[in-house]
Formats: sequence, C-alpha cells, structure tokens
Amino acid sequence: MIKELNRVSLGIGVLFGALFVSATIIQVFQVDNLRVDPRNVRTVYDSYATERGSILVGSTLIAESIPADDVYRYQRVYHGGGLYAPITGYYTINQGISGLEFAMNDKLSGQSNSQFFDQVMALVSGTDPRGASVKLTVNAAVQQAARDALGELTGAAIALEPSTGRILALVSSPSFDPNDLASHNTDLVLSKYASLVNSASQPLINRAITGDLYHPGSVFKLVVAAAALDSGVMSELSTVPNPARLKLPLSDSSIRNWSGNSCGPENSVTIATALRLSCNIPFAEIGAQVGESRIHDYAEAFGFGATVEIPMVVSPSTYPTGMDEAQLMLSSFGQFDVRVTPLQIAMVSSAIANGGVLMSPTIVDSVLARDLSPLAPFNPVQYSTPISPATAASLRDMMVAGVSNGVASGARIRGVSVAGKTGTAENGEGQPYTLWFTGFAPAENPRVAVVVVVENGGGAGQSASGNSLVAPIARKIMEAVLAQ
Amino acid sequence: MSLSPNSLENSTITEQLMLRLKVPTKLRNLEATLIIFAMVVTSAALALVDLGATGKLNPPIIGLTLGLGAIVLAMHIAQRFVARDADPLILPIVTLLNGLGIAMIHRLDISGGLTGWQANATRQMVWTAIAIVVAIVVIIVVRNHRVLQRYRYVWMLVGVGLLMLPLVPFIGTTINGARLWVNLGFVTFQPGEIGKIALALFFAGYLVTARDSLSVVGRRMFGVTWPRIKDLGPIFVVWGIAMLVLIFQRDLGTSLLYFGLFLVLMYVATGRAIWFVVGGGLFGTGALVASQFLGYVQGRFAAWLDSFNQENYDAVGGSYQLVQGLFGFASGGIVGTGLGAGHPGIVPLAESDYIMASLGEELGLIGVFAILTLFMLFVARGIRIGINGSDDFGRLLAIGLTFVIALQVFIVVGGVTRVIPVTGLTTPFLAAGGSSLVANWIIVALLLRLSDTVRHQREEAVGT
Repeated sequence: MIKELNRVSLGIGVLFGALFVSATIIQVFQVDNLRVDPRNVRTVYDSYATERGSILVGSTLIAESIPADDVYRYQRVYHGGGLYAPITGYYTINQGISGLEFAMNDKLSGQSNSQFFDQVMALVSGTDPRGASVKLTVNAAVQQAARDALGELTGAAIALEPSTGRILALVSSPSFDPNDLASHNTDLVLSKYASLVNSASQPLINRAITGDLYHPGSVFKLVVAAAALDSGVMSELSTVPNPARLKLPLSDSSIRNWSGNSCGPENSVTIATALRLSCNIPFAEIGAQVGESRIHDYAEAFGFGATVEIPMVVSPSTYPTGMDEAQLMLSSFGQFDVRVTPLQIAMVSSAIANGGVLMSPTIVDSVLARDLSPLAPFNPVQYSTPISPATAASLRDMMVAGVSNGVASGARIRGVSVAGKTGTAENGEGQPYTLWFTGFAPAENPRVAVVVVVENGGGAGQSASGNSLVAPIARKIMEAVLAQ
Repeated sequence: MSLSPNSLENSTITEQLMLRLKVPTKLRNLEATLIIFAMVVTSAALALVDLGATGKLNPPIIGLTLGLGAIVLAMHIAQRFVARDADPLILPIVTLLNGLGIAMIHRLDISGGLTGWQANATRQMVWTAIAIVVAIVVIIVVRNHRVLQRYRYVWMLVGVGLLMLPLVPFIGTTINGARLWVNLGFVTFQPGEIGKIALALFFAGYLVTARDSLSVVGRRMFGVTWPRIKDLGPIFVVWGIAMLVLIFQRDLGTSLLYFGLFLVLMYVATGRAIWFVVGGGLFGTGALVASQFLGYVQGRFAAWLDSFNQENYDAVGGSYQLVQGLFGFASGGIVGTGLGAGHPGIVPLAESDYIMASLGEELGLIGVFAILTLFMLFVARGIRIGINGSDDFGRLLAIGLTFVIALQVFIVVGGVTRVIPVTGLTTPFLAAGGSSLVANWIIVALLLRLSDTVRHQREEAVGT
C-alpha cells in the first residue's frame, strides 16, 4: 500500500505541476497578448486610473481630467470644443486616442521614463499617480483668429514662428467636439464616432498635417526657385524665354500661364518676375534647366519625404522621382505628382523667413510636472539649412514684390512689408481648385510664417483664386500675431 | 513527576484538564505559533485590501480578523484536549487559506459595494465559524476512526442520497446551469460537498473488505490480470452514479471528482493499475458520448479549446468568464497589482468559482505559487498521515480525503487556467460558499483525528 501511496502522491505532484506551468504561461509569457486584447477592459481602466495630465495654452487648460464617479475614475474634458480639437485629438474608451493625446500619451499618462521616479514616490507616499501636463506653443488669440478667418470653409491654416519653429496656430476645418468622444457611455461614443467617420466632410482628419495631401500648385515654385538660385544653376539676372504657350516635350498638350498671356511684356523673363506674377511657363523652363535631382535634393532639405513629428506625426510630402521632361515641367509649378501637407509649405516659408535656416516645427512648449514646474523646457531645434542666407534674401524680396506689386496683393497689411506666394492648384478636368497662400511678416524681421489652404475652390468651383479668397485669411492670421 | 500520558490517567479529571492546558506539548505549541503567523498574514491581507481599495481601514476587518482568530483558537484548544498529537501544520495551513479567501471576498465586496449582512465576507465568516464548530464536534465525537468503518453502507446511502438530493423536485435548484444546489428556503447548500466525505468513508470501508477478491482473483490476458466480471460490479455502480451526475446535474467537475476518488482508492487498495485503465476508459467514453449529445458539455469543450474565438466568447455559457479570468491573471503578471488595486470584480463569480483568478490578479504569479504550495503542503501532510497509518482503513480514508482536496483544487484551478475545461466546483477553503467550507473543515477534522491516532499509538508504543 505504501508503494501505491507514493505513486498517488507523485500523480498529485504532476497535477499540481501542470497548474504551476499553466499559471506561469498565463502570467508571464501570455501577458502581452492578453493585455492588448480589445476585450480586456482592464487596460482601459488602468489608463483611466491615473489622473491624466492637462493640456495648456498659455495658462489656460484646454484639456483636463476631472474626477468621475464611475469605474473610470476620471473624465476627460475639453474646453473650447472644436477650436483645439485638431491639436488635442480625442481620448476615448473604446475608439482609441488621437492627436496630441496620442503623441504625448506616455507623458500625459505618467508612464514615461523621466517620470518613473515620480511614480515610485507616489506609490510610497500613497498619493495617486498623476500624469505630466503639456503646455503648447499655441497662442490663443492667433488660434481663434485663424479659426474665425477660415470660418465655414474646408481647409487648414498654420501659423508658426520662423526663428524657433513654435506653432502659434493650427486649424483644420471642419472640426469636431472631442467631448462627444470622451463620454464614458461606450454606445454613445460608438455612434458619435461612426457619424464623424462617415461624414462627407471628414472632420476627424487633421488637414494641416495629414489627410490625402494636396497639390501645392504655385506655392511649390518657391522650392523650384530656391533650387535654381541656391544651386547656382541660375542667378537673379538669368532669364528664360517667355512664350504665351508652351508645348510639352513628346506630348500633344501644351501649358499656359494663369493670365493666358506671356509673363509680362518682355521676350524673356527673370525668376523674380515669374515668381511675382506666378507664371507657369517660365517655371516649367526653370525646372527643366535645374533638373529633377537638384530639385529633389532641395525639396528633401525643406522636409519633403521625411516623417516630421510635432510631436503628432505629419504625413511625409512627396516630390516624384523618375519623371520625363514633360512631367518635370508640370511638377515645377506644383502639378503632376507633387503632394504636400500645409505644414510642409509652412516649413518652406519659415526657412526663407529665417535666413535659410529651417527650425523643427513643434507644438509643445514644455512638459510640466504636478506643481507645473517644467520637466522639459522649450528648446528650439534646427531641422536643416536648405538654402544660404543670400538665396533666402533673394526669395524674400521676390515674395515681398508678389504682395506689394504682384498676384498676392490680397495679403497686404498697412505699414508692414509682407512676403507672400499664392497657389491655385488644379485637381483635374472640371474639378474645383485647391487654393493656397503662404508667406511671412514683417519681411525684414519675420515674426510669423503662415500657410492657408482651402479645398473645393472655397465653394466657388474654378472661379476663386488663392489671392482673392485665401490671401485675406492669411492676412488676418498675420495681423493677429503682429497685434501681440 | 513523569509527563507520560499514562501518568495523567491517575489524577482527577479537573487535574487532567489543568495539566493538559498547562503542560506544553511541542506539537501544539508549534501549531499555536503557526496559527499566529497565519492570522498575522490574514489581518495584513485584510488591512491591505482596505487600504488598497478604499484608502483607509474600515471596522469590518476587525470583526473578520477577531472572528477567524477566535474560532480557530477554539479548534486549537479543543485539540489540546482531544487530539494532542495531531498534525501541527494542517490547521495553520487551512487557517491561512481560509483567511486569504475571506480577505479576497472582502475585497470583492468593496468593489461590489456590499456591506453588512449583504457582504459575502460576513457570510463567509459566519460559515467559517459554523464549519469549524462542526469540525470541533467531529474531532470530539470521533475518538476512534475505526468506528467509522462499521457504518460503511450507511455512508454509501448518505453519500448517494446527498448526491441525488438536488434532483428532488421543489428543493433542487439550478444555479449557473448546474443542478448542484438544494434550497431549503432559509439556506441554499450543495449537498454533494458533504456527499464526497460520505463516499470517501464508504469507499475506504468497502475496499478494505473487498480488496482481496478485487486484487487476487482474475484471468490473465495480454500480460495483465483482468478482474472478474462480478467484481466489476462496484466500479460500474460508481461509474453509473458519475454519469447520472454528469447528465442530470450537468456538472462535469463533480462527476470527475467522485469517479477520480473511487479509482485512486481502488488502486491504492488493490495495487493494480488496471483499474485506472478500465475506469479511465469508462469515464472517458462516457464523457465523450455525453459531449456529443449534451449541448452544455460540448459548449464547455469548445470554450476550453478555442477560448478566444468571438463565437465561443459570446455564446451563452461560453468562454466569456474564462477569458475575463485570464485577463485578470495577466494583469496581475508576476507580482500582482497589489491587494485592492486590481479589477477582479470584472469576472463573474469572482468570489467563488474564479477566486483564483482574483487572487492571481492582485497577488500575481507569486501569490498563485504560494497558494498552490500551501495546498501541496496540506496534501503532503495528508499523504504522510496515510503512509504512517496504523490500519488499512485509516490509510485509505486519509488518502481518500486528501485526494478529494487535491483533485478538487486541480479541477477548479485547472479550469480557470485552461488546463482542463471549466467545471462548477469551488476552490477548497478559499471560495465563498458554506457547504464547501463545512465539508472541507470536516475533512480537516478527520485528518487531524487520523494523525493523532498515528502519533498517539507510536508514543504509547515507545512509552511502554
């Protein structure tokens, strides 16, 4: 009987061994899989258990977590509704998070490495752990002015400080109210989210930095002009032929200038005149002279092709490669497969405004600890030096002429010299235009670089232009900065 | 004065009593020390639960601590009188398990907002008191375990009767799909829990007398000695009962528990592993056939094998609970969220069937290992009592009672950790539930009695 008892105890040992093994598999090796399972509400609860940090504009809270009397303990509240929604994004229980809430999640939730010590101290002292707050570079007055100026139009606007890269305003229109998505009623969130996603105007898409990307049209001429001058292929005195019509090589189609005539009365035209009057034919010729690879290098130096983080991820803008000469010509005035985000165009203007030095654009001023002391103060970072100070000065003067004596006249501000460039991008036969303006002011000592884009021709089909509709919007945004 | 037991018998009863209380015995003092340790751990767990979940200490935990401490102390003192040489580890181990169970049930009361007599922890404490009083009565009344052998057929009737009780119309109650409960109006209990003790007593008593014919006689074929058809009678009877439980009470776990107990005792009594083959084959076939015809068994298997399948997850009686329990285990990880800091209340029945998932979430893998180790220690003591047993009935009874606990732990914990399909049993000593507590404390009392007999006899042998 003793032998049998020993064997039975061995058998029991095997049974318990199986329990030890299975518990270890679940609690050590399957932990990551089980934690990310969408049906695991604990992961959501945990993210709500800490008091999420606030988001500030100046000293005003635009997003904060207030105690809630349910399982989630804290309710996210957005002050200002749709005004800041493209920046903050949303923070939902069951539909994910977006915008700055997503990009700065580790800081806001208090999970970043730099906050590890705080977490331990909170654990030891028994206080509730709390995330860090994020202070934005955004200026409330400029943001409001940009939002008001864009009004009901579909599009985006960005204002930034060329010397530091600080984003002063970032608007995407139409917007949404993130409070609707922050509800703890998951059914309500689901239906609201579905209606936003299915809305034809796509309010959840941040048009300033993501989305389907736009044809830049004439604002891309800034990049081509920069490449032509800075590479030394052309000088300010160089000219190109000035026909009223140019047949594209190896193609039946021909291109025209915006005016339908030649670019001014002369037989040949300089870059300055071509840029001031925003002529397509001269730029097609300039682009062909400079060549794809040089333009490509300059476009990259301005940020094309790179994933910029502000810290929200910005979709990379594209400059096509492997083009034939006709395609190169079309792309040189911003058509064919050139695709940009508004932020990319703002970066081009900003580099020109800042004497050729491109500062990394950012929307975060500083990360603040519980007592609002900065954990990480603002530190301007240089992104690149795409062009020389001399090239930057030449381009600036050309853009000033564009506003004072050219096709960007809608951006004029009394007593201030404004540099600007309009764009009216075609989106195909019969399609409404995409209207652009980019520029900076005051030209001699720029405090603001701005970009405004309006989709669908601003509702006016093919009859509105960048100058008539969009330049005045940009002017209002620049005035708001200059009034500070 | 000599302190051998014999010398005590010459003095008056009062003197004896005084002496027994005063005279230190090593075993009982060790037990007292370990009980204090178990109570310290229990009260610390209760305090941590309150601090973790509410941020402050609340009055109920004092009642729970003092209540458990007092009633366990009563059991300890009773042993100083009537079972001085009983195993000193069993009572502290069980106290700690019972205490941790109450702490976790209290924790779930907090997240469920239950207080006063609504609180499961309060009821668990009352049931613990009732269970330990019953255990004290058992250890006082049953002074010689051999007496129990005489009533083996009574135990059989009691066991089968209790097992079938839930099938009686009007009083039988179905909870969560399993018809395992009896509702007497003022109280609901699982008679099967008590039934398992009666059946262990019956199996042990029956096999002691029948072992010879079962082990010796038979025909050799394919190199093994096969039992005679007429000797197979009992195994078919027990198999039939297990199948009835499976089909009518809809509970795979209980069915497996009884049949497993019977097979192990058959094996220990006869020394023939063939019983495992015959019995295992019978049960396996039965379960397989049942799974084809019984929707709930089929569902349980599907939920076990493919738990994360959305279809099984959403099915009624599907894997929702199991998967939520696994999420709980995972969120605990190695060190756990800390008592009161997790979300064990998400899992349905977190305080009973899924208490291991609750403990795993808040105490982590370390806690799960510690609890399983406590159970293993308990089982090891039980088997030791069996091995040292003075008579075959005692040995079989000890191993039977011990194995019931071990198998029940395996079936429940294996169910929530996906080793086997989920069944409807309770984790011994930990889970909320009165009948289970009473039954398992009776097992404790019987094991203590058996261990006392073992040592007592040895001591006498040495003393004379």
